[in-house]
Amino acid sequence: MEKIFEIQNITKKFPGVIALSDVTFDIYTGEIHALVGENGAGKSTLMKILAGIFTPTDGKVLFKGKPLNITDPKEAKDLGISIIHQEFSLVPYLNSYENIFLGKEIKKSGGFLDRKKMKKRAQELLDRIGVTIDINIPVDHLTVAQQQLVEIVKALIEDPQVLIMDEPTASLTESETHKFFELILKLKEDGVTMIFISHHMNEIFEICDRYSCLRDGIFVGTNLVKNVTARDIIRMMVGRELGDNQYPEKPHYSKVKDKKVILSLENFNRANVVKNVNFKLREGEILGVAGLVGAGRTEIIRLLIGADKADSKDIYLHGEKIRINSPDQALKNGIGLVPENRKTQGLILNQTVKENIILSNMKKTCKRGGFRNRNDENVIAEGYVKSLNIKTPHIHQKVKSLSGGNQQKVVLAKWMNTECNILVFDEPTRGIDVGAKYEIHKLMRNMADQGMGIIMISSELPEVLGVSDRILTVHNGRITSELITEDTNQEEIMIYATGGKDNE
Amino acid sequence: MNNVNSKDKKVDLPSFKSSVSKLYREPMMFTITALILLCIIMALFTPDFMTAANISNVLRQVTINAILAVGMTFVILSSRIDLSVGSIMAFTGTMMAAAMADFGLSIPVAIAIGVFIGALFGLINGALVAYAKLPAIIVTLAMMQIPRGLGLLYTGGYPLNGLPQEFSIFGRGYFLGIIPVPIIIMAAVYLVAYVMLNHLSIGRYIYSIGGNEEAVRLSGIKTKLYIIIPFVISGITAAIGGTIITSRLMSGQPMAGEGFELDAIAAVVLGGTDIAGGRGHIIGTLVGTIMLGVLTNGLNLIGVSPYVQRIFKGLIIIAAVYLSSRKRD
Repeated sequence: MEKIFEIQNITKKFPGVIALSDVTFDIYTGEIHALVGENGAGKSTLMKILAGIFTPTDGKVLFKGKPLNITDPKEAKDLGISIIHQEFSLVPYLNSYENIFLGKEIKKSGGFLDRKKMKKRAQELLDRIGVTIDINIPVDHLTVAQQQLVEIVKALIEDPQVLIMDEPTASLTESETHKFFELILKLKEDGVTMIFISHHMNEIFEICDRYSCLRDGIFVGTNLVKNVTARDIIRMMVGRELGDNQYPEKPHYSKVKDKKVILSLENFNRANVVKNVNFKLREGEILGVAGLVGAGRTEIIRLLIGADKADSKDIYLHGEKIRINSPDQALKNGIGLVPENRKTQGLILNQTVKENIILSNMKKTCKRGGFRNRNDENVIAEGYVKSLNIKTPHIHQKVKSLSGGNQQKVVLAKWMNTECNILVFDEPTRGIDVGAKYEIHKLMRNMADQGMGIIMISSELPEVLGVSDRILTVHNGRITSELITEDTNQEEIMIYATGGKDNE
Repeated sequence: MNNVNSKDKKVDLPSFKSSVSKLYREPMMFTITALILLCIIMALFTPDFMTAANISNVLRQVTINAILAVGMTFVILSSRIDLSVGSIMAFTGTMMAAAMADFGLSIPVAIAIGVFIGALFGLINGALVAYAKLPAIIVTLAMMQIPRGLGLLYTGGYPLNGLPQEFSIFGRGYFLGIIPVPIIIMAAVYLVAYVMLNHLSIGRYIYSIGGNEEAVRLSGIKTKLYIIIPFVISGITAAIGGTIITSRLMSGQPMAGEGFELDAIAAVVLGGTDIAGGRGHIIGTLVGTIMLGVLTNGLNLIGVSPYVQRIFKGLIIIAAVYLSSRKRD
């Protein structure tokens, strides 16, 4: 088979970390190649090298037999190498077709923009994927999933020979993912080579031909997907056998159901987003909130902690009515949110691990007069780095150089350091590998066992079922059902989450 | 990315050596290096440069800009900007002069009034930014006009004279007969600012807001408060600058300080602070101010025309900020 990429002895060093070390493997023309590995294994770094965003410290890449000497993404695009990033690169105020054609606008004579043609072409491509998006509204009015699709179309407009995708389905619903895969297979027929990073084993088995595995920056192996099982791949990724249980053990529901109610939400409303939401949270339980992306799950919680203004809401903490108008008042009442997007909402990327951890509770370490006690700060930060197994050279490392799973653990540490009684986790393990996922779930369970009340919003049904004691489903801003985890299953949750019972 | 040498795993406080090398990675090191180079060049060209008298002279000249730049550093670190400092400085100075000359109030009371007015304007700036959510550049652009107008209205455009002789100590006095009082004031302001930014939690919050405001808000911190505080500090440092300039001129000058806001911004960014906020150091600001002062002084001594000096200044700002931003990424 013809090789399109020959990756030869690639090493990439960043200050303090070796992201890739002597990685060598090939990618064949026309295949769909999965790149697997835990968070922080170096997958994204390698992709960025192929796309010209990073230059390797050592080693070289051959593209169609010739050395790939590119230093910026533009050159990569000119060669036919396109990349779809994990984080979006859309301009929020431009509408979809303007984003799709950004930098490659179709022009009439005299340099005037040919909007008609661009709209038509964008619409064609969207139709081809089979999604309906109003291409005339600014992309920040679109849902995350729709934005993701715009991102994909933006890459397709270049007619790429190679398409590199870093977790493209992370924010897609099942049906959108399905449509997306149809598109991928169509592109494969057209001869496009695709490199695909995903944490979902079923996706890899559904569409990929071969896979290569990285662990801690080192190449571990490559194989045909059809020759292996998911278990083989996971073993290769983590370097050890995973136990049968993917989720930490939880108590029998009868032990939780009569515990004290610590928090009641009543009469939560916000125009068109949250509609008459009421529910209770008990101490020692993990309450799962399931629903589709955009169903209003995050919005309910943002009303709870006062991040958004509510049209109406009543909050009872231990039976007493409290007022929460801003996140700092929520914190004062012992309620915290581990937000959905760790990079834009959870962390200060340019600050160190320690500085992020101590941020929410500086009072704890400050001496009289507000003077900081650096020793105490360091001790606390080191304690969390150790107990949460955060992989960082030291606590003075900037968090932006940590991998996703470790960044998420820093956000967790920040909230553990606040001594909150009620913690809400919004998609706590999005984009996080198997090993770190388990650790985070276990931390959540430990908190519940200590008597805290935990709310977990998640789009992954196995996670909702595996972690929570009780499950609420949200559809169109309403709570459509309250289910006991032991008595329910994926299908039932899906029916309620898609509003199925309403339509009957 | 988890390949970590076991020796790096040590989580002890950074050793002296590593803190030196860390310091060297700071963007402001460019400014410090440039300042040293500049001093060497100036010393070679003009024998008068490296005299105690001249150095003291340079420091005295930069004090006002240095003090305004302290407030500006707080504001820029929180990812905002304050264009009103020159106007607030002039107005507070004028009001102090008025308090003494027109109302016969004592010097401490007059200064207290000035500082209070400075803080009040800062509070208005900050409240409009934090609560009305107006862009800082617009709010403070408007606030460049209002105090200036009030000052001119009160004085009719004329300087206010007739200040008590003792008031001259802040601008013209010497401590122990050698150290100019304004330099002492400047040092005190920097010391307070240094402690606030590096040893108090408020400093962490200001840096953090510049780094990621939404994350700070969701962390349960009163972001609005810590958006307002830098503007109040900036108003106060403007008033301190107003005290010195009024004392130096021994009159309330409603038109003083035009363009000072830009010098203050220049000093802050020269000192390696990121104009987008979140990163920077107060000591860098001091170095940046001194650098601008040395440049003016040295070029004057060499006999370069003031017109050419402005060109030099502009080029140096671009070069320094270019180098420090490259270092940062």
